[in-house]
Amino acid sequence: MAYATTIEGTCFTFPDLKSLMAKATPERSGDQLAGIAAEGPVERLAAQIALADLPLKTFLEQELIPSEEDEVSDLIARRHDAEAFAPVSSLTVGAFREWLLRTEADGPVLAALSPGLTPELVAAVSKICRLQDLVAIAAKRPVVTRFRSTIGLPGRLSTRNQPNHPTDSSEGILVSALDGLLMGSGDAVIGVNPATDSLPDYIRIVELLETLRLRLNVPTQHCCLGHVTVAIEAMGRGAPVDLVFQSVAGSQKANAGFGVDLTVLREAAQAGRALGRCPADGQFMYFETGQGSALSAEAHWGVDQQTMEARAYAVAREFDPLLVNTVVGFIGPEYLYDGKQIIRAGLEDHFCGKLLGLPMGVDVCYTNHADADGEDMDALLTLLCAAGVNFVITVPGADDVMLNYQSLSHHDAVFARQTLGRAPAPEFEAWLREVGVTDARGLLRGGAGDLPGAFAEASRLLPGKAA
Amino acid sequence: MSRPPSLRDLRSLTQARIALGAHGAGWPTAASLAFGLDHARAREAVWTPLDPAAIREALTAQGLASVEIRSNVADRAEYLRRPDKGRTLHPDGDAVLSEAGQGFDLAIVIADGLSATAVALNAVPAAAALAARAKRAGWSLAPLVVATQARVALGDPVGARLKARAVVVLIGERPGLSASDSLGCYVTFSPEPGLPDSRRNCISNIRQDGLSIEAATAQMEALLRAMFAQRLSGVGLRRDEAALPGPATA
Repeated sequence: MAYATTIEGTCFTFPDLKSLMAKATPERSGDQLAGIAAEGPVERLAAQIALADLPLKTFLEQELIPSEEDEVSDLIARRHDAEAFAPVSSLTVGAFREWLLRTEADGPVLAALSPGLTPELVAAVSKICRLQDLVAIAAKRPVVTRFRSTIGLPGRLSTRNQPNHPTDSSEGILVSALDGLLMGSGDAVIGVNPATDSLPDYIRIVELLETLRLRLNVPTQHCCLGHVTVAIEAMGRGAPVDLVFQSVAGSQKANAGFGVDLTVLREAAQAGRALGRCPADGQFMYFETGQGSALSAEAHWGVDQQTMEARAYAVAREFDPLLVNTVVGFIGPEYLYDGKQIIRAGLEDHFCGKLLGLPMGVDVCYTNHADADGEDMDALLTLLCAAGVNFVITVPGADDVMLNYQSLSHHDAVFARQTLGRAPAPEFEAWLREVGVTDARGLLRGGAGDLPGAFAEASRLLPGKAA
Repeated sequence: MSRPPSLRDLRSLTQARIALGAHGAGWPTAASLAFGLDHARAREAVWTPLDPAAIREALTAQGLASVEIRSNVADRAEYLRRPDKGRTLHPDGDAVLSEAGQGFDLAIVIADGLSATAVALNAVPAAAALAARAKRAGWSLAPLVVATQARVALGDPVGARLKARAVVVLIGERPGLSASDSLGCYVTFSPEPGLPDSRRNCISNIRQDGLSIEAATAQMEALLRAMFAQRLSGVGLRRDEAALPGPATA
């Protein structure tokens, strides 16, 4: 079915739902690369006006990618809860935006709505939201998860301490993790991206992080972000695996590019649960996503990259995760060209994830070939804190020396605490005081690398002078 | 009592910017400005055009003949947005490559990629060292191809037109903050347009403080020997010798 809008005598037509969605998407290089973007701002507005008039039900009646050929579409269709959807079932996309903005749509109302929403529905409404709308609506929808720390409580901000090292050196990882802890970072997870994906290295890294956690008695979780099949093998050998990680995308074909499907993710989730490390009512799955990954794998079905990203959240939602984050600026300028596109995409991803009920975090980041810099990251972090983001990722001095990109610095988490009043998870906040990293007011004491006495147990892991 | 332990003493264990110090939540001024300088250098590496004439002069000085081609990309801004165009040969290149001859064991392409800095510093010595190894191995070598606005896969149409058994693409890698001079190397057997990246083998981080040119070209030679013996490259290449690098993943 075709869609049309007439603006001052000019009729704009859109041959089908996915082209309407693509042309209504705020400008980004990935959709232009795919050849599906609006020709210019007027055609984009025409598409947004047509999209705003569309009944929400349209997205339940028409699939952008057929269920018969894609297990993610099938999952989305099977999991849709018609009863939860009922309060908004008669609305158009435009009226749904207004409904979401009203004060009556508070936390409990939005939480009850989540099972009735699909990725396509939330992607559609996000396309006609300004940044301020994306912030205001997401801020009303806290999503709380728990393992050893409680993440996502209103008014708080957690962090992933990401102590990567170019060759996975145990000592290099350890000093970087300690540097983050001394700056108060790591209550969401201490998570390493391994340079290699071998089973022995995976096991060595989780054992190292487990030793660090136990010696310091840190109320947090750790993770080696290796491939999920490696995690399954490691769990089979009794390795101390806290979080089971996988990158996921919004179509079956794109997930195949990552070497996974829903079946292997289910197997991993069962193995993780069986370890019994996580409380029975807690969460332990961790997913990363990012706009552009489906196009990059030539698995986007002509659907715009932001909708494909929201579809990845349906995959994540199936596994009741502890953490989900978009790695928003990592993919490069052919998908998100500059700071403006990265900032908008980060807020869209957070908004869509939260509306779908995910514990959404963001890796606020950029590469050196994108037209972005640290100031864009300052803006995105501040906006995300206003939007109530569950967690962000921090590395020493904003420089990830393994993945060669810039994320936030541990300092940025301190900024969020001291200037924006975002405390870490309550368990971690208490621990920081106890070990003397922060003072009675929760303010950082040091920052220059001096290990407090309580870290003596951990410093014995280190070589040389500090031993 | 001895001084309490400090991560400042352990900076040698990682290149990560640990123990920076903080003033409130802020960075020390010197660290902040140093970060800005590193970013400026990385941006410069991305946006500075490669000077192909200088590369060719340096190759001539090494006794190596060369030709120059470009992709269908018009400028750096388009290069960043349109990787598809950077993989295809500009029509001007047809005549250039037909004059260069056909039927070689090996073609070497020097491509600007994402870091002209890396190419300017490392590509000519790497190409010369590989050419010397090819000579010792008795492999015929096509005139070197200097390619601008080029992605890795531009090596495929170039190798195909030269009818080369294998093509080695030496290309500037995406600059990191701490290193903007890394050269990457992609080796493909039986190149033809449209090959997936899984058909290539990759060696990365070739630079002064990374993988040395000597070690990198030794790996390239080992890869080429394995490819010529097995008549394939990429994920299917058996790597019996542990030293052989793996398939390209990007």
